[in-house]
Amino acid sequence: MNEIVQFENVGLRYGAGIETLSDLSFTLYPGSFYFLTGASGAGKTSLLKLLYLAQRPSRGLIRLFGEDAVTMSRERLPGFRRRIGVVFQDFRLVPHLSAFDNIALPLRVAGVKEKDLTTPVAEMLDWVGLGDRAEARPATLSGGEQQRVAIARAVIGRPEILVADEPTGNVDPEMAVRLLQLFEALNTLGTTIVVATHDIHLLSKVPGAQMMKLEKGGLSDPTGSLRNPPLPRDRA
Amino acid sequence: MLSMFVIPGHDRRLIPEGRLSGPMPWVIAIMIFLTVLAAASGLAFAEAGQNVSDQLASRATVQIVEANPDRKARQAKDAAARLRGMALIEEVRVLPAQEIEELIAPWLGQTSGAQGGQDAGSLLDDIPLPALIDLKLSRPAGERELQAVRTAIGALAPGARVEPSSGLISPVISLVRSLQWIAFGLVALLAMATAAAVIISARAALNTHKETIGVIHLLGGTDRQISRLFQRRIALDALLGGILGLICGTAIILLLGMQLSALGSGLVQSLGLSWYSWLLIGTVPILGMVLAMVTARMTVMGALKKIL
Repeated sequence: MNEIVQFENVGLRYGAGIETLSDLSFTLYPGSFYFLTGASGAGKTSLLKLLYLAQRPSRGLIRLFGEDAVTMSRERLPGFRRRIGVVFQDFRLVPHLSAFDNIALPLRVAGVKEKDLTTPVAEMLDWVGLGDRAEARPATLSGGEQQRVAIARAVIGRPEILVADEPTGNVDPEMAVRLLQLFEALNTLGTTIVVATHDIHLLSKVPGAQMMKLEKGGLSDPTGSLRNPPLPRDRA
Repeated sequence: MLSMFVIPGHDRRLIPEGRLSGPMPWVIAIMIFLTVLAAASGLAFAEAGQNVSDQLASRATVQIVEANPDRKARQAKDAAARLRGMALIEEVRVLPAQEIEELIAPWLGQTSGAQGGQDAGSLLDDIPLPALIDLKLSRPAGERELQAVRTAIGALAPGARVEPSSGLISPVISLVRSLQWIAFGLVALLAMATAAAVIISARAALNTHKETIGVIHLLGGTDRQISRLFQRRIALDALLGGILGLICGTAIILLLGMQLSALGSGLVQSLGLSWYSWLLIGTVPILGMVLAMVTARMTVMGALKKIL
């Protein structure tokens, strides 16, 4: 199985402070589902930032889609970012755009023609239960609705990796399950999913998902999947 | 450049465009207004200087200095006849005594001859003024041409002095040229001030839309895509402000033009703008827009390069 992400002795330090992440070495495989857990301040968001290319590490090697992401030129980064879907913890919806336009944003950035994006965006709005709020601005949406728009935006482009930072933090349990089902559906289609969460109970809702645990900037591997490729999820 | 204006509507909404709502179009309007005035002044001075130079470039004056009035008149007549026979000379005109008196009247006052023409020789009898012959040459009056004239009349009028007419007005031409360059210098300074205003505006806009830019970046947006949004916004602001500045500037120029025409004074009256000068002035808002667009692009691209 070819790895989709490979970290080798990766360290991250902000400014002159101590290392937020230390000696991270792990491999993520295509079509796998990973939960990233850890206490607040353990470095989950920092690790996700490295994954979605918002940050370069202070040391170590990161290979993404088989290429060195540490020394990759700035000009090549947008092309790689389009292959990664991100659900930000604070949603980061564009405040003056409607829910429809926010969800359509990755497709428009990628140059998809207007006539080709109306249907998928409308379907995605329906999927996250916001079909009747297409024209609503983020400020008029509840926290849970904003989160669903953020998730829809992350998955609309059928990314190869989906990185989600606490994606179920603001939704009710029923919606959390629906969103996980959406992630699973995407995972079934081949997308590698990485979900950072506090909620350890989510793990039981996704059979075959692997767990990575961050503690004080270091990574433990409770399921052993980071040393060996996980079994395909349908056999797990 | 046109691609900048055909950004789809949904992309334009990424960075909201508030037409004439911010200070930028008004700042540009003032800058373009001042630029139009400075450019018009520079062009008017350039044209006036050129017109006067062109008019005088092929003219020369022969002064026949002779104390004896009869001999002076005869020498002037002979020299004029000799000059009329030269291929180099197109026109020869011996200035009448009354005209010479009128020329010196501002310094010596009016004489009865100049006033009534009945006693034209009174001042000339008292002061030994030279006889003057105005020449129009078939080409610019350079040193070689002047020497040819001197040689031709040297034997007929030994005391004759030949001088190019342009030499008489060269200090004025020099002043006009200085004013012209000062005006063009002002245009350059205003262009720099406009670029500085655009840089400040672009940086402010970048700061305002930092979050949106960050999101577009992380979704795979390129620097070029993002900078196009700002370029378009600032270019349109500059165009709107520029048109406003041009209208106001043109109104002032036309008003001043009417007042200058009413003065009816030689050099002042020659201050005018030809159609190509108006064409150049008309391009000022477009040049302003291009300057704003390029400056905005460089500023935004420079700022984006600092983000991963």
